[in-house]
Amino acid sequence: MTIHPPTDTASTPALDIRALGFDYSSKQALNDVSLTLAHGELTILLGPNGAGKTTLFSLICGLFAPARGSISINGQSLLKRSDALAPLGIVFQAQTLDLDLSVQQNLLYFCALHGLPKATARSRIADALKRMDLHTRANDKVRTLNGGHRRRVEIIRSTLHEPSILLLDEPTVGLDIPTRAELVDYVRELPSSQGCAVLWATHLIDEIRDTDRVALLHAGKLHHDGIAKNLLEDNQLSDLPALMQYVSDGHKAQTVG
Amino acid sequence: MNAQRRYLHALTGITVRELLRFVHQRERFLAALVRPLLWLVVFAAGFRAALGLSIIPPYQTYISYEVYIIPGLIGMIQLFNGMQSSLSMVYDQEMGSMRVLLTAPLPRWYLLLCKLLAGVLVSIMQIATFLIASRLAGIDFAYQGVILALPVMILSGIMLGSLGLLISSMVKQLENFAGVMNFIIFPLFFMSSALYPIWKMRESSDLLAQICELNPFTHAIEAIRFAFYGQFNGVSMSVLMVCTLVFFSAACWSYDPARRFRASKTASA
Repeated sequence: MTIHPPTDTASTPALDIRALGFDYSSKQALNDVSLTLAHGELTILLGPNGAGKTTLFSLICGLFAPARGSISINGQSLLKRSDALAPLGIVFQAQTLDLDLSVQQNLLYFCALHGLPKATARSRIADALKRMDLHTRANDKVRTLNGGHRRRVEIIRSTLHEPSILLLDEPTVGLDIPTRAELVDYVRELPSSQGCAVLWATHLIDEIRDTDRVALLHAGKLHHDGIAKNLLEDNQLSDLPALMQYVSDGHKAQTVG
Repeated sequence: MNAQRRYLHALTGITVRELLRFVHQRERFLAALVRPLLWLVVFAAGFRAALGLSIIPPYQTYISYEVYIIPGLIGMIQLFNGMQSSLSMVYDQEMGSMRVLLTAPLPRWYLLLCKLLAGVLVSIMQIATFLIASRLAGIDFAYQGVILALPVMILSGIMLGSLGLLISSMVKQLENFAGVMNFIIFPLFFMSSALYPIWKMRESSDLLAQICELNPFTHAIEAIRFAFYGQFNGVSMSVLMVCTLVFFSAACWSYDPARRFRASKTASA
């Protein structure tokens, strides 16, 4: 169940990005990026370091303002209303927890920012911590948690307000293999268990399955968008690293949109 | 949920976080208390003999130097607290926790105002402790005027906090923050009426006195001083209100996503 249904019909995309562009001073970071996410859909945003994934996420969550193009969340333009951000859950690439506060205090702070009453917040936090096996650490300062546990807390935090879109910016980077696998499995269940659209940025190809929808971003441009298996077949390539290499070499580059 | 409740929840959440951070940083509380007390006990003890204070408004009789500098030291608490908030904003930007605040589904100006009000609450607690300590030290100040001075102190806290916010948007690294001490806090404090009345300053330099008169921090202190004695200083209050509005608008502008992060790349792509 989500608390942020689409504004009119179920056909309204959860996220609609059109011809998006952004520059850092004179350097073009994103150019003509268009991407649409349906409700309950998982999409992998694949790209090497420096492709523009974090910039794209910063634009979607309103930290940056686009130089060109538009972003709509559940049909609401992000530029027009600050509450258009309400259906959005975000896990940033950089760690964003307050180290001097406890796990519970961090989560309550987030819930307050999203307008959740304290009783509701406490109940959701307790459930989520239990589900992620972190209930015994609720009162521990974040500073005492290891990297994997901190990431789990951030993922819990991003879903507490039951978002209809979840953005994950390389959430598994720096984690050990079992913790990565655990987080990947948890996130993969979210579209079916919570009905939210998930946009997952990564450069770790082993996290992608053949049946996943992959949007390939390279040098600020979206080059391919489709099911991983189909992308490989269409380009007669054996695997995704070959596809990434193919794009970076500039062969048969095909801009989506 | 109605909008008012959402706004109230956010204000409560930001205030609680600020208070928790304050409680967790006991050194910060001690520093905030010890700094003005040192000025009051040590500095004032040395200066009381050197400075003769004539009767100037709002005082109706001769006053001791300790009594004179209390409003200035209240301003000092607020000034340092405003800059401390600024420092914590820079820290939050570096640590990333600022993103959680800035991506909340509320208007940016409101989130910044909540942050300011939370900081003001912390400074009022520091001021209350300082006033209790000065009373225990036997200084005969107009403590009964605290209720009248409270709204003025809230306003001056917002003004100085807004200035801190504005600075935090310009300082990109914690290492650069030492410059803020040298170029903002010290000039604001020393070129004001916090430690000496302006007429005393004029005896040594007309230019210095004029600078003091233009300093918004002087007007914050004078507005507080007059309020403690149950008087309204129209000029200082007007300057305080205008400066609060200007600094807060500038802070909101500096945190506007349309211009923020545009000039320099602060996030890895």
